[in-house]
Amino acid sequence: MKKQLALVIDLNVCVGCHACATSCKEWNDGGAAGPLSDQNAYGKDPSGTFFNRVQTFEAGEFPATDTVHFPKSCLHCEDPPCVPVCPTGASYKRAEDGIVLVDYDKCIGCKYCAWACPYGARELDESQKVMKKCTLCVDRIYDDKLPEAERKPACVMACPTSARLFGDIHDPESEAARAIRERGGYALMPEWETKPANHYLPRRKTVPPA
Amino acid sequence: MKPAWSVVLFTTLAGAGQGLFLALFAADLLAKPARGFLFAGCVVALALLGAGLLASFFHLGKPLRAWRAVAMWRTSWLSREVIVLPATMVLVLLYSVFTALAMEGAALAAGALAVVACILLFVCTGMIYACLKFLQEWASPLTLLNFAALGCASGVLLAAILAAALQPDLAHDYASAALLAGLLAYVARLFSLLRNRTLRPKSTLQSATGIRAGKLRQIAQGAMGGTFNTREFFHGRPEALVRAVRWTFLGLVFPLPAAILVAGAASASALLAAFALQFVGLLAERWYFFAEARHPQNLYYQAIA
Repeated sequence: MKKQLALVIDLNVCVGCHACATSCKEWNDGGAAGPLSDQNAYGKDPSGTFFNRVQTFEAGEFPATDTVHFPKSCLHCEDPPCVPVCPTGASYKRAEDGIVLVDYDKCIGCKYCAWACPYGARELDESQKVMKKCTLCVDRIYDDKLPEAERKPACVMACPTSARLFGDIHDPESEAARAIRERGGYALMPEWETKPANHYLPRRKTVPPA
Repeated sequence: MKPAWSVVLFTTLAGAGQGLFLALFAADLLAKPARGFLFAGCVVALALLGAGLLASFFHLGKPLRAWRAVAMWRTSWLSREVIVLPATMVLVLLYSVFTALAMEGAALAAGALAVVACILLFVCTGMIYACLKFLQEWASPLTLLNFAALGCASGVLLAAILAAALQPDLAHDYASAALLAGLLAYVARLFSLLRNRTLRPKSTLQSATGIRAGKLRQIAQGAMGGTFNTREFFHGRPEALVRAVRWTFLGLVFPLPAAILVAGAASASALLAAFALQFVGLLAERWYFFAEARHPQNLYYQAIA
């Protein structure tokens, strides 16, 4: 089976610190994907382009509630609805590792791919006027100049609780595939059959010691 | 979704242009009107298609790269539309030139091809929206039918105005055809409104996050100010306004223009008034078409903090 790189995000240990979001912004503001422009960054209504956002949800009925932090980025779908709709071919899925990318030099900024993504994973860069999205740090993970242990997406490197696993989910022996298999990994909005490569690991009840 | 005026204008203007050409060619086959009338009509149709094309450029972040959009016609309805629209314009232009030069055979051939192009253009434009299966309000053959039927209705009405000025013997028939086309388009639009009323969103906050809890609410969306996601996918207008727009188009797309046509016995002034009102109605209809669609990504953007 072909390689499919992906993130597996463990909602059981994510503490919502936003280190993944800030390190992502830092890495991708320069390099191959950059810049990721901000508008009014220090003003009243700051706005900017991000590949990754950490959201927070409250589950259950008070007082028995769970606060669930939920990092959200492009899921690198195995059947990505954003790719076939692109009129220029700027949006594409790499055959060799399954990463969904945008060629910023071909993008005409028509936003049709963003409309075609049920997850809202794509953001138009308001100053460059082209579509931006998570690249799985494609300019890190194959960089021979980095020590092998650092050839991972910036968000994975930054996570203080190891809530983010990175690997080839088609390789049954990878850490990512094993986590999905053994810890109930699931995909978002399975109803649209996009087959997201990124998976999430659910919260687990901690049983207090007897 | 947030209605984009560039796309609202493009779909209504080009739709009227396509409808007008179809009406002209039908008359050419059935009634052999004066060449001047057909030529003038084609000029108006080309102007409408051109204005639509111009409006569509304002939708692009990088308009100078628009030529690249012809590349992915194998998979993208948008790419197909980008090819078919100029092709339609060229064919209508050829038809008008051949008609003006009285080259009947060539005009017939170019006109027949232009008819096919106009229909294909309706299909492409409709499919751009209908192919997005999770935008449940759009994912229906009714989307195609509505774009085509409303375009034809406004085009035939425009043909009636031109006929009143240049080919008076056809004005009455065109006005009758406009009434019929308007009625059919209106009924189709009512069907799609009815369908969309009963839609149940397939995605829920639970399926969007995978968090298994009966009660689930968002506390923070990861940004304090607005984002592309909050700007592009929410119309941000009060429900009352959306409802008002719906009642506006339900009144202006057919009932009011029809009443004016009947009361004014299809006089030139009645036709003009009917067309002006209907076009405002079509703009409202297209605005509502976008505003009505609930994008599943909105589930992730329910609370700022």
